[in-house]
Amino acid sequence: MIGGLFIYNHKGEVLISRVYRDDIGRNAVDAFRVNVIHARQQVRSPVTNIARTSFFHVKRSNIWLAAVTKQNVNAAMVFEFLYKMCDVMTAYFGKISEENIKNNFVLIYELLDEILDFGYPQNSETGALKTFITQQGIKSQHHTKEEQSQITSQVTGQIGWRREGIKYRRNELFLDVLESVNLLMSPQGQVLSAHVSGRVVMKSYLSGMPECKFGMNDKIVIDKQGKGGTTDDSGKSELGGSGKQSIAIDDCTFHQCVRLSKFDSERSISFIPPDGEYELMRYRTTKDIILPFRVIPLVREVGRTKLEVKVVIKSNFKPSLLAQKIEVRIPTPLNTSGVQVICMKGKAKYKASENAIVWKIKRMAGMKESQISAEIELLPTNDKKKWARPPISMNFEVPFAPSGLKVRYLKVFEPKLNYSDHDVIKWVRYIGRSGIYETRC
Amino acid sequence: MPAVSKGDGMRGLAVFISDIRNCKSKEAEIKRINKELANIRSKFKGDKALDGYSKKKYVCKLLFIFLLGHDIDFGHMEAVNLLSSNKYTEKQIGYLFISVLVNSNSELIRLINNAIKNDLSSRNPTFMCLALHCIANVGSREMAEAFAGEIPRILVAGDTMDSVKQSAALCLLRLYKTSPDLVLMGEWTSRVVHLLNDQHMGVVTAAISLITCLSQKNPDEFKTCVSLAVSRLSRIVSSASTDLQDYTYYFVPAPWLSCKLLRLLQCYPPPEDGAVKGRLVECLETILNKAQEPPKSKKVQHSNAKNAILFEAISLIIHYDSEPNLLVRACNQLGQFLQHRETNLRYLALESMCTLASSEFSHEAVKTHIETVINALKTERDVSVRQRAADLLYAMCDRSNAKQIVAEMLSYLETADYSIREEMVLKVAILAEKYAVDYSWYVDTILNLIRIAGDYVSEEVWYRVIQIVINRDDVQGYAAKTVFEALQAPACHENMVKVGGYILGEFGNLIAGDPRSSPLVQFNLLHSKFHLCSVPTRALLLSAYIKFINLFPETKSTIQEVLRSDSQIRNSDVELQQRAVEYLKLSSIASTDVLATVLEEMPPFPERESSILAKLKKKKGPGAVSVNELEEGKREGGELNGGGERGGDSSSTPSPSADLLGLRAGPPVTAAAPSAGSLLVDVFSEAGVNDDVPFLAVPACLFVCKNNGVLFENQLLQIGIKSEYRQNLGRMYLFYGNKTSVQFVTFTTTVTCPGELQSHILHIHTWNSLEPLIEGGAQVQQVINIECLTDFSDAPLLNIKFRYGGALQNLTLKLPVTINKFFQPTEMASHDFFQRWKQLSLPQQEAQKIFKANHAMDTEVLKAKLLGLGMALLENVDPNPENFVCAGVIQTKAQQVGSLLRLEPNAQAQMYRLTVRSSKDTVSKRLCELLAEQF
Repeated sequence: MIGGLFIYNHKGEVLISRVYRDDIGRNAVDAFRVNVIHARQQVRSPVTNIARTSFFHVKRSNIWLAAVTKQNVNAAMVFEFLYKMCDVMTAYFGKISEENIKNNFVLIYELLDEILDFGYPQNSETGALKTFITQQGIKSQHHTKEEQSQITSQVTGQIGWRREGIKYRRNELFLDVLESVNLLMSPQGQVLSAHVSGRVVMKSYLSGMPECKFGMNDKIVIDKQGKGGTTDDSGKSELGGSGKQSIAIDDCTFHQCVRLSKFDSERSISFIPPDGEYELMRYRTTKDIILPFRVIPLVREVGRTKLEVKVVIKSNFKPSLLAQKIEVRIPTPLNTSGVQVICMKGKAKYKASENAIVWKIKRMAGMKESQISAEIELLPTNDKKKWARPPISMNFEVPFAPSGLKVRYLKVFEPKLNYSDHDVIKWVRYIGRSGIYETRC
Repeated sequence: MPAVSKGDGMRGLAVFISDIRNCKSKEAEIKRINKELANIRSKFKGDKALDGYSKKKYVCKLLFIFLLGHDIDFGHMEAVNLLSSNKYTEKQIGYLFISVLVNSNSELIRLINNAIKNDLSSRNPTFMCLALHCIANVGSREMAEAFAGEIPRILVAGDTMDSVKQSAALCLLRLYKTSPDLVLMGEWTSRVVHLLNDQHMGVVTAAISLITCLSQKNPDEFKTCVSLAVSRLSRIVSSASTDLQDYTYYFVPAPWLSCKLLRLLQCYPPPEDGAVKGRLVECLETILNKAQEPPKSKKVQHSNAKNAILFEAISLIIHYDSEPNLLVRACNQLGQFLQHRETNLRYLALESMCTLASSEFSHEAVKTHIETVINALKTERDVSVRQRAADLLYAMCDRSNAKQIVAEMLSYLETADYSIREEMVLKVAILAEKYAVDYSWYVDTILNLIRIAGDYVSEEVWYRVIQIVINRDDVQGYAAKTVFEALQAPACHENMVKVGGYILGEFGNLIAGDPRSSPLVQFNLLHSKFHLCSVPTRALLLSAYIKFINLFPETKSTIQEVLRSDSQIRNSDVELQQRAVEYLKLSSIASTDVLATVLEEMPPFPERESSILAKLKKKKGPGAVSVNELEEGKREGGELNGGGERGGDSSSTPSPSADLLGLRAGPPVTAAAPSAGSLLVDVFSEAGVNDDVPFLAVPACLFVCKNNGVLFENQLLQIGIKSEYRQNLGRMYLFYGNKTSVQFVTFTTTVTCPGELQSHILHIHTWNSLEPLIEGGAQVQQVINIECLTDFSDAPLLNIKFRYGGALQNLTLKLPVTINKFFQPTEMASHDFFQRWKQLSLPQQEAQKIFKANHAMDTEVLKAKLLGLGMALLENVDPNPENFVCAGVIQTKAQQVGSLLRLEPNAQAQMYRLTVRSSKDTVSKRLCELLAEQF
C-alpha cells in the first residue's frame, strides 16, 4: 500500500508531503530528490527503488508527483491512483502548476485525506468529492441539511458516485468518442505498428436515478445479433471512409458505474451515470485502423554539407471532412547550419531550439495532398558518427474515430420520474487525434 | 575595427549564461542550448569571415555549453585559428578550448602543435607561458613526444624570463609524470640542478618540485642538488624576515620553498661532506629554535607556516636518524604540541612521534610523554587523533612500560570506537605477548581482552593464547584456574568459551584437586555454555568432553549420557553428529590405554611468527607498519620458546609460474589412490627412511600409464615428475619442492640401478647437478637421461639426502621407469593382427593372467589407460567389441620386441583376462605383471 505521497516543483522543493504509514521516514523525501530529480543521468524509469523503498512518479509539466512505499504493491494500481489524483486536482483548480498547488495546498491535503486512507485508495470520483470537499466550504443553499446528512450513506452506499434527488429542467446527455491513433511506418510505407487508444467521455445532466444503456458496433455484439437474425444497417453511417460494420476491441476498462456482470454475460453496457463529466470507458484496438494521413518522406544527402528533404502528406478520409491543427515535424541533423523551406500550403519554419522543421497547416480536407521541400545546409564536423535520422512525426485532429467505432444507441430509462428516452437531448461527437504518429525517413 | 569598440566584455556570452541560469527546467535549458548551437553553426558556416572577437565569443559559448555536459563536435578549427591571433584574450580562449576539448584528431593536433611551437619560439613571455600551460594541461603522450626536447632548453636558457622558467619547470614536471620515458634530462641535468641557485625564488620553487620528482627516479644523477639545497635552505633560514620581502608570508620567510627543500633532502641520506652536514644541522637547529620563539603574529597563517616547516624538518631529522641531539629536541618540541589547543597539531605531533619512537636515540625521550599520550587516548574528541595516540602507545611500548600501557589500552578498549576496536585488540594481544615476563600476567591480559571486547577478538588471538599456554608448562595450571573463574561469569563471550573449553580439556586435571573445581563442576560449567554457542564452538566443546573422559574417568558416565542424548547423536549438523557418535563409541570401546594414547595432551606447537602480528600487518596494508615494529617483532618474537630458528619470511610461497607442473595442487586422484597405503610400506621398507615424518609416496605402478604427476610428498618435500620418451631414449624431469619455510642444506640426490640393471640393461645419466641448497618454498629441477639397452624388469632407485633444521633426512624412491615406456605404437589391420598373433604362438612367448577388477569397468577409462601404456589401440579387430586389442614395438638399443595384447573384460564377474604375446618371453611376462595392477 502507498506509504506516502510527495509533490515537488522542478527544483526538487517539496510542495506537498503526506505520509500515511510509519515505515516511510522523513529522509524518503530527500532520497527521491537526490536520486531522481537531481540525478546526474536523466531517470527514465517511472519506478525507482532506493534503499528498499519504491518511488512511483509521474510528471505533469514541471511538477513531480511521487508515491512512496516499502511494500510490494501493485504498480499499476499506484499509477492509476496518481493519474486519478491528477484528474481530481485538474477538476478542482485547473492546470497543475507550482502556483496552483501552492494556492490550493489546504485543499490538496483535504483531498489526500479523503482519497487515500492508510495508503488504501478510496473514492476518487470527482463528482462525489465535490459534494463535500469545496474550497468555499459547504454552502447551505446548494446542500440542504438532509442532503448533508445523506453524504455519508451515499458515499459508503452501493451507488457512491451519484446522490439521490437530482433534478434538471432539460435532460441532456453529451457523449464524446476521443481517440488517439499511434503509428510507426517504415520509409517505404509499411506499417510497423499501429494502434488506437480511445475513451468514451460523457457529460450527463439527467434527473433522478436513470438507468442508461450504451451500444456500439462491437464485433462480438454485432455477430451475435447477426446470428439472431436482426439486421442492423446503422453501420452505413456517414462517418469515416470505410463502410465496415463492426470493430474488434482488444481490451477495455469501464467506469465503476458500469455493471460488469451484465457486460460479462450479455456484453451490454448498462449503468447509472454519475452527475456531470466522467469517463465511461477506455478501449484499445489494433485491427483495421483508418490512418488519416500518410507521410511520404524523401531525404537525399548531397555531399557532406547539404541535405535535401521533401515530404508529401496525403489525407486519407472522406473529402467532406476537414482535418485540423495539422503539424508535421521534420527532424534536422545536429550540425545544421541553415535551412531553406518551400511549402505550398500552411507555414513552415526551422526551429533551432528543437532541431526540427515544423510545418503547420490549419485545415485540410480529405483525399488531398500537400508537400514541403527543404534544403538543409550542414556544418562539417570532425565527428565520424552518422546522423541517426529520427522519424518524422505528425499531429492532427480529425472529426471521426480512426478505429471505426460508432455509437449505435444510448438509451435512458427513468421509471420513477416522468420522462422517457425520447425527452432526453443527446449529443454525440467523434474526435480522432494523433498520438505518436511517426514515419521513418 | 569594431571588435575594439566592443571591448572584452563579451556581452553575448553574459546574456547567454544568464538565459541558461534563468531556465526553469532541463527541457528549457536544452532548447536554449540547441538554439544557441544552431546560431553558432550558422556563424561558423564560413560564408563570411568572422572577426577575432566574435570567434572568441562563440568559442567561449561552446566551451560553456560543453562544461554544462553537452557534446561539442565542431568549433575546434575556430579555436585553433584563435591560437594564431596576436591578442592575448583571444589566444587565451583558444588555448582554454584546446586544453578542455582536445581529442586525438591527427590533423588538428598537428595544427595545434604548430601553433604551440610558434608561441614557444616567440620572444613574448606571456605567449610562451600560455603555450606551456596548454602543454601541461593537456599533458598527453603526443604533447610529450612533440615538446619534451624543447622545454628543457627553454628552462635552462639564459635569456628566458623568470615567469617562463617557472612555467617550463612545472610543465616539464607534468610531462615527466605522464610519460617519464620521453623526458630525458641527460645533458640538462646539471643546469637544472643549478636552478636552485637562481635569483628568482619563484623559479627555485618551481624547479625544486621538478628536481624532487626526477631525483626520486634517479637519485645519483641529481646528487649534487643536496649541497645546493642545503646552502639555499641555510640562506632562507638565517635570513631576517625583511630580506625576502616578496616571499615572506606572515613573518615566515619563504615557507613553501623551505618545505620543498626539506622534502627534497629527505630523498637523500645525510650528506657525507662534513661542512655541508654541519650547515644543515645548524639550519635544523635554527628551525627548532625558531619554534621556541614567541609567535610574531597571532594569525593562524603565521603559525601554520611556521609549523609546516617545523614538521618537515622533524621528518628530515627522523629520516636521517643519526643526530641524537636533534632527535631528542624534536621529540621535546612535539611533546609541547601534544597539549596544543589545535587538534591538527596534536594529530601531527602524535603521528610524528610514532616514527620517532622507532629511533633508538629518541625512544627514551618519547617514553617520557606517556602520561600525555594516555591522556590523549582517553580525552581526545576526534577519533582519528585517538587512533594516532593508540598507535603511538603501541610504538613506544617496551618492557619497562608494557604493563602500564597494556592496562591503559585495555581500559580504553571498553569505551573505544568500534572502528578501531579490532586493531586495538590485536595490538594489546601483541604487546602482551611480546613483553610478557610473567605469563600469568599474559593470560590475565588476554582473558580480560576477550571479556571486554569479545566480538573484536579474532581467531588468531585466541589461537595464539592457546599455543602459548600449551607451549609453556609453567603457566598451564594458572591458565586453567583463570579460565575456570572467567567462565563462572553468568554471560561470557563465545571466544572465552572456546579458550575455556580447550584449556580445561587439556589441563583441567591441574585444578581438579580443588573441590570447588572438581571434574564434575568443570564439566557442568562448560556444558552450561554449550547451548548458547555456535556450531564450531560446540564441536570444540565435544572434543573437550572426550578429553575429560580421559582425564577424569569418573565423569565418563555423565559425559556419555550427554553424548548419547538425541540433541547430540542426532544433531542436524553433520560435524556435531559425527563427533558425538565417534566420541561415544571411542569412550565405550577403547581401553583406557588406547584412550590415553589417542587423547594425549597436545604436543607443543612449532614456533612460528605470531599470527597476530601477521594479521596486524595485513590490516595496516603493506608499508604501513614501521620498520621498527617488524624488527622488534623479529627480535622479540622468538623468546617465547627460547628462540628457536625462525623462518625469515614464512609468508613467501613460490610463485605459481615457478611451480611448473602445478605440483602443489597435485592431482587428487593419485593422492587418494586406495592402494597407496600398502605400497607405501613397500617403498620404505627397502629405503629405510626415518619413520617419524608422515609422508605420501605415490606408488610407481601409477606411473605405468602416465608420464607426469607427483611422485612423492610429505610435510617437507614434494617431488614431481615429468618424463618423455622417444624410441629407446627417455628424459625425466624431477622437480623438488621445499614445502617448508626453512632451507634444506646439503641436498644431494643419486640415481642407482641395482644389480644387473646397472651394468647392461639401463643406462642412466644425470644431467644437471643440483645446488646443495633449496630455499624455503623454492623448487629446483633435475634432468635424468635414460637409455634402454635391452628389456628390463626392475626400476632404478633415487636416493635423496638433505638436512632440515639439523636433522638428516634420507629418502629412497623407485623411479617410475618401466619397459612399456619405450613402446612404439603400431597400427595394423584385423587380418595382419591375427596373422602375427598366430606367429607368436610359442608357449613361452605368451603370458596370460586372469584377475579381478580393482576399479570400475569403464570403457573410456580402460581405453585411456591402454593408450597411456604406449601401444596402439586397434579398433574393429577383435570380433567381440567388448575386448581391447593393442599392438606395439618396444625399442631397445639391442633389439626391437614386437608385442601384441588382448584384454577381455567380463563385466558380470568383474574379472579381466589379459593375454600378452611378444617375441621375447621376459617382455611378455613383465608387461603382463605391470598391466595386471592397472585395471
